[in-house]
Amino acid sequence: MSEKTITFTIDGVEVKGAPGQTILDAADAAGIYIPRLCHFKGLNPHGSCRVCTVIVNGRPQAACTQPIAEGTTVENDTEDIKKHRSNIVDMMFVEGNHFCMFCEKSGNCELQALAYRLGICAPKYPFQFPDCTLDASHPDIFIDRNRCILCGRCVQASKDLDGKCVFEFVGRGAEKKIAVNAEAKLSDTNVDVTDRAVNICPVGAILKKREGFKIPIGERMYDAQPIGSDIESDTKSIK
Amino acid sequence: MSVEFKQTIKEICEACGNDRSLMMDVVIATQKRFGCVSNEAMDLIAENMNAHRVEVEGVVSFYSFLSPDPKGQVVIRLCNDVVDQMQGVQAVAEAFKKELGIDFGQTTPDGKITLEWTPCIGMCDQAPAALINDMVFTYLSTDKVREITDELKKHGDPEQIPIRYGDGNNAHDLVKSMVNNGLRKKGAVIFGQHEAEKGVKNALSMSAVEVIREVKNARLRGRGGAGFPTGMKWEFTRAADGDKKYILCNADEGEPGTFKDRVILTERADLLFEGMTIGGYAVGSDEGILYLRAEYAYLRAFLENVLKERRDRGLLGKNACGKDGFDFDIRIQMGAGAYICGEETALISSCEGLRGDPKNRPPFPAQKGYKECPTSVNNVETFCAVARILDKGAAWFSEVGSQGSPSTKLLSVSGDCTNPGVYEFPFGMRVDDLLKKVGAQDVQAVLIGGPSGQLIGSADFERTICYDDLATGGSVIVFNSKRNILEIVGQYMDFFVEESCGYCTPCRVGNVLLRNGIEKIIHGQGEKADLDYLQELGETVKLASRCGLGQTSPNPVLTSLKNFRAVYEAVLIEPTDGQQPSFDIKAALSVSEDLTGRKSEIYKD
Ligand SMILES: Cc1cc2nc3c(=O)[nH]c(=O)nc-3n(C[C@H](O)[C@H](O)[C@H](O)COP(=O)(O)O)c2cc1C
Ligand code: SF4
Ligand code: FES
Repeated sequence: MSEKTITFTIDGVEVKGAPGQTILDAADAAGIYIPRLCHFKGLNPHGSCRVCTVIVNGRPQAACTQPIAEGTTVENDTEDIKKHRSNIVDMMFVEGNHFCMFCEKSGNCELQALAYRLGICAPKYPFQFPDCTLDASHPDIFIDRNRCILCGRCVQASKDLDGKCVFEFVGRGAEKKIAVNAEAKLSDTNVDVTDRAVNICPVGAILKKREGFKIPIGERMYDAQPIGSDIESDTKSIK
Repeated sequence: MSVEFKQTIKEICEACGNDRSLMMDVVIATQKRFGCVSNEAMDLIAENMNAHRVEVEGVVSFYSFLSPDPKGQVVIRLCNDVVDQMQGVQAVAEAFKKELGIDFGQTTPDGKITLEWTPCIGMCDQAPAALINDMVFTYLSTDKVREITDELKKHGDPEQIPIRYGDGNNAHDLVKSMVNNGLRKKGAVIFGQHEAEKGVKNALSMSAVEVIREVKNARLRGRGGAGFPTGMKWEFTRAADGDKKYILCNADEGEPGTFKDRVILTERADLLFEGMTIGGYAVGSDEGILYLRAEYAYLRAFLENVLKERRDRGLLGKNACGKDGFDFDIRIQMGAGAYICGEETALISSCEGLRGDPKNRPPFPAQKGYKECPTSVNNVETFCAVARILDKGAAWFSEVGSQGSPSTKLLSVSGDCTNPGVYEFPFGMRVDDLLKKVGAQDVQAVLIGGPSGQLIGSADFERTICYDDLATGGSVIVFNSKRNILEIVGQYMDFFVEESCGYCTPCRVGNVLLRNGIEKIIHGQGEKADLDYLQELGETVKLASRCGLGQTSPNPVLTSLKNFRAVYEAVLIEPTDGQQPSFDIKAALSVSEDLTGRKSEIYKD
C-alpha cells in the first residue's frame, strides 16, 4: 500500500483520504455526513439502498462503493441530490408497511431518522400496502417483513461475521424478500439472539422479543440529535 | 422422500462435480427432470453441494424458468412482448385458455400442461410466438393453437407436433426448428463471404498485444448496446493481475425486439467461436464461456456439436489451432429466464451459480470478474466482428460506417413493417432510409435500442443510427399511427417491473411507481401534475439506480413524455370539484358501507 494521500472536494470543501478508501469513509473521517442506509461499518459495502448517491465529476455514484480519486469534485448536499434522496427514502416507506407511531424501533430507526433529517413528514408516493409475513416462531427473535428495506445487512452479517447463513434473499424485483435458512420458520435455523445479524437491522424488521419500548422517549438514539450528528464535526451546519 | 428421488438428485449434483459454481446447471437439470425444484430437492441439493438451503432457494426463486411448485411436463410460454401484442397474441392467448381449460399461470388438472406468459423470446419478426418446453412455435394463430393443443392432448410430447422447418441451419438435424432466420440484408462483415478460420490463424501468428492493437485500430465498439471499445476492454483484462482469465460471450439477447444474435448463433457459430478464440488469445485466457439464454435452448445441442467439431479439428483444446501452449476451450452456460443476466456483471453472477444480481463496480470485470479473475464479457456480434478484423484488417473493417462508429451493425427490425427481420447495414444510416428499406408506412414512432433506448417521432427520423446519435444494440421497433403510445409505454414498464432484479431501491420500487403512474393516465385519471410527477420519478430512477437496467428503464416514459407529450395531454383531465381525478369517493366509501350495512346519504348513485 502506498502512503500517498488523495485530495478531492466535497461540495467545495477539500477532503483528504487514503488510496482505496471510499468516498463515504473519507467523508466520515472529515466530519462530512453523506446520508446512507444499507451501509454498515465492518461489512462489505452493499450498494443497494442508493441513498448515498453523490455526483462525482458530473456522474452519479454510490459514495459507499466508489473509491476516492485525486482531484475529483463530489457533490453531496445540493438541492438536486437531496430531492432524489428524499424520493428514494419515500420509495422505501411506500414499498413496505411502516407504521412508525406504534413500531418499537421508533426513535432508534435509521429509516425514520433519515426521513426526519430529510424533512419528510409523509411520503408523496402512493402506498403499495403489500401483504407481508411475520415470523415469531423463535423464542427470542422475530422478523416482521412489513418493515424490511432489503438492505442486506443481516444476510452479510450472518455470513461474514457470524459464520452462518441464517438469512438470504429470495424472489426477484418487487417480489424480493428476506428469507431464513429453513423451509419456513426462523426457529428451525441455527440463529442465536446474540448473533450480529440479529442486532444489525436498521429498521424494525428483525427485533428481539421482550425489549420493545425499553428505552423511554427522550433517551432514544435519535430523540435529541438527527441521524449523522455523530459524524459531523460542526453540528450547527445541520438545518 | 423416495430413495430414488434422493439418488437422482445426488447424481445430478455429482454430474456437476458437486461444484457450487455450477448451481445453475444443477437446478436447471432438476427442474427439467421433476418439473420443479421442490423444497425436498432444495434441501438435498444444498446437502450435496455443500451449500445452504436458503441459498439454493435464492437461486431458484430468481429465475423465471425455475419454480419450487410443480409444473406440467409440457410448459407453454407465450410471448407477451409489445410486438406480439400488436400481432394479435391476445386472441392466441384466449385460444390456449379455451383449448386447455386453464388460465395463465395454471396447470391442467391432470398436471400435464402449464400455461404461462413470458417476455420477449427473440422472435419478434415471427410473432406471435411461444416456447413449448425448448421448442419455438412461430406465427401462431387460433387455428394453430387448436392443432398444437390437440396434438399435446394426444401424446403430450411437443417434439411430435408436426412442424415445417425453417431455413438454413434451422433445419439442421440438431436444431429442427420452425424458426426462420429472417436475414433480409447481408453486409460485408458479419454475413459476408469469408474464409473460415483465417482470422484466428492470422491472430495466432501475431503477438497478443498486436492482436489487441489491430482491434483498437479498427475502432471496434461493443455491439451489445453500451458501445465500449473492445480493444480497450481486452487491454485492461490482459493487463490485470491474475494467472487465470476468462472470456465470456453474452448470448443473453433479452432486450425486447433484439434477435440478431439468434441468427448469428444459427448461421455463424463457427465465426463466433473463432472470435472467442481470438479473444482468449488476446487477453491470455484458457477458458471461454458462452452464456446462452434459456429461450435459445433449442440451439444448444447444435452449438455443443459445433464446439465438439472444433475440438475434433484441433481448433479448441490443447494447443488450440496448432498454437503451442495456447490451451483454450469453451463451455456453454445456460440461463434460466432473466433479462438482467444480460448485464455483464449479472451474467457473471449467474455463471458463478448465484442469483443474477449485478455486482458493485469497481472492481470492473476486467480486474475481477468471473470467480474473481480478470474477465472480458463481449457480445456475440462483437466476437464475429473481431474475427473479420483479424481476417481482413482494421482498414478494411472501418471502410464503411461513420467516423465514431465504423463498420456495419446488425439491426433486428420488427413491428409495423412489411419486411421484419435482420439487416446488416453500415452505421450512420438515417432512420427514414431504414424505414423505407423495411417497408414501413404511416409511421408514428420508432423505438431505437428497445425499451431501454429511445422512442422517437417523425421529427427525429432524419437522425442516424450510430453510437453518437441513436445507439442500439440492434433493436428497432416500428409503430404505425394506429398504435396507442401510452399503452406501449405501459407494457414496456410492465416488462421492467417484471425483470428488475430488485437489488437496489430506485429500480425495484421506482419502476412499479412509474408503471402505476402510466396506468393512472391510461385510465383517464391523469392530471397535469402527473406528468411532472412521472418526469421527476423517472429522473430519480435513472440517476440513482445501480446498474444499466434501472439507469435506462424509465426511458419509455421519459422519451415519450419528450417526444409524444401531446398524446399524454390529450387524455389528461382537469379536476373541477377540487378532488384528485383518481379519487373515487364512492369506491372509497364502499368498504365502510359494506361493514355498516348502510349506504352513504350524500354520495348516492
Ligand atoms: C439490463 C441489461 C441487459 C443487457 N443485455 C445484454 C444482452 O442481452 N446482450 C449483450 O450483448 N449485452 C447486453 N447488455 C450489455 C452488457 O452489460 C455488456 O455491456 C455487453 O455484453 C458487453 O459486450 P460488448 O462490449 O461486446 O457490447 C445488457 C445490459 C443491461 C444493463
Ligand atoms: S431484515 Fe433488516 S437487516 Fe435484514 S435486509 Fe431487511 S432491513 Fe436489512
Ligand atoms: S449506503 Fe450506499 S447504497 Fe446504501
